[in-house]
Amino acid sequence: MKIAVASGKGGTGKTTVASSLFSVWPELSAAIDLDVEEPNLHIFLGPDPRRLKTVWLEVPELDEERCTYCGLCSQLCQFKAISIFDGVGLTFPEMCHACGGCFQICPAGALKVVQREIGSIHGNQRFLMGRLRVGEAMSPPLIRAVRREAERIFDPSMDLIIDAPPGVSCPAAAAVRDTDFILLVAEPTPFGCHDLKLAHQAFEPFGIPMGVAINRSGIGDDEIYNYCSGKGLEIMAEIPFDRAVAEAYSFGRIVARFSEKMGSIFRILADSIRRKVLQHQAK
Amino acid sequence: MDKIAVSAQSPDLDGPMDQRFGRAAGFLIIDPETMESEYMDNGSSQVLAQGAGIQAAEMVAKSGAKAVISGFVGPKAFRILQAAGIRIVHGLKDMTPRQAVELFKNGQLEYADAPARPEDGI
Repeated sequence: MKIAVASGKGGTGKTTVASSLFSVWPELSAAIDLDVEEPNLHIFLGPDPRRLKTVWLEVPELDEERCTYCGLCSQLCQFKAISIFDGVGLTFPEMCHACGGCFQICPAGALKVVQREIGSIHGNQRFLMGRLRVGEAMSPPLIRAVRREAERIFDPSMDLIIDAPPGVSCPAAAAVRDTDFILLVAEPTPFGCHDLKLAHQAFEPFGIPMGVAINRSGIGDDEIYNYCSGKGLEIMAEIPFDRAVAEAYSFGRIVARFSEKMGSIFRILADSIRRKVLQHQAK
Repeated sequence: MDKIAVSAQSPDLDGPMDQRFGRAAGFLIIDPETMESEYMDNGSSQVLAQGAGIQAAEMVAKSGAKAVISGFVGPKAFRILQAAGIRIVHGLKDMTPRQAVELFKNGQLEYADAPARPEDGI
């Protein structure tokens, strides 16, 4: 089974939860860090991952000899990566989302495939992560490449714990889709509740079972509890707001291994998630 | 004399210029001899998540203007305008399109040879 640990708001504790879940997971599992703009799960899991491969996107380059300046490619492109008008033809590779449509539509064969590096994949036996090239803006293709690599190298019987990027747009969606369970990590504050709602609404159309882990429990107000009970979102764990948790995290230690109490919170969470997935699969 | 495109916040020659190029409210295409002007709305570029400068530059190029006066022309728009043979003056602020064109006609404005950088601000 594939478990995505996600959140609308950043800094709610996705990596804390993902590293802890991975450390207590009762079946053979691998962890994947898809927060490719700022991957940090490896700091907790060690040993240092090796660079496995570079990821490229196929983008167009214009052959001015062949181009008839008909403009079909530029009209097709939704991202302004090709500009064609009055005998002027320019491409902007950094704007390209690599849909490949321009290569298909060009009647003159005037677009050549060239490659733009978007990042790299790193890993070891039970861990994979993507690292976006500095200056690159497009993370979803790299996120998808890391997921394909996971399918390729990990035994299909292994469970996957996915550390998703924050937010509710394309990168987060690319990380949580086609998983078996989405665990939303949220703080019980007005800001935390606001972004939890966004994430819940954004991911609901995927039809994947979801649950909530509340981090820094004990601060804030009741709004998030009311929202979850109103929406039938189960609160599956509450991680107390505790200086010791912050200390463990700041030393790169897995919180579930920090104390018996923390370990039991995450063992119970892992069991509840597995039960929910199995129940859903049985339906 | 060729027409000049000035990024503007409104169709008014004596209204405020728009310092932005790609996300300008619109462009006044001005005949510097008669000071007759035509306003092109740029709202369709303003709503783009990305590529506003590219679309605005294409629009200006198609208008037939041979010079652009603006506050901040970024690298992608700059490439298109250059390829279309359009000269660029930028770095202007706190003036009206009419004042900008008058300065231009008096030869008081210099053509840019490089796009604006983020640190130039807006």
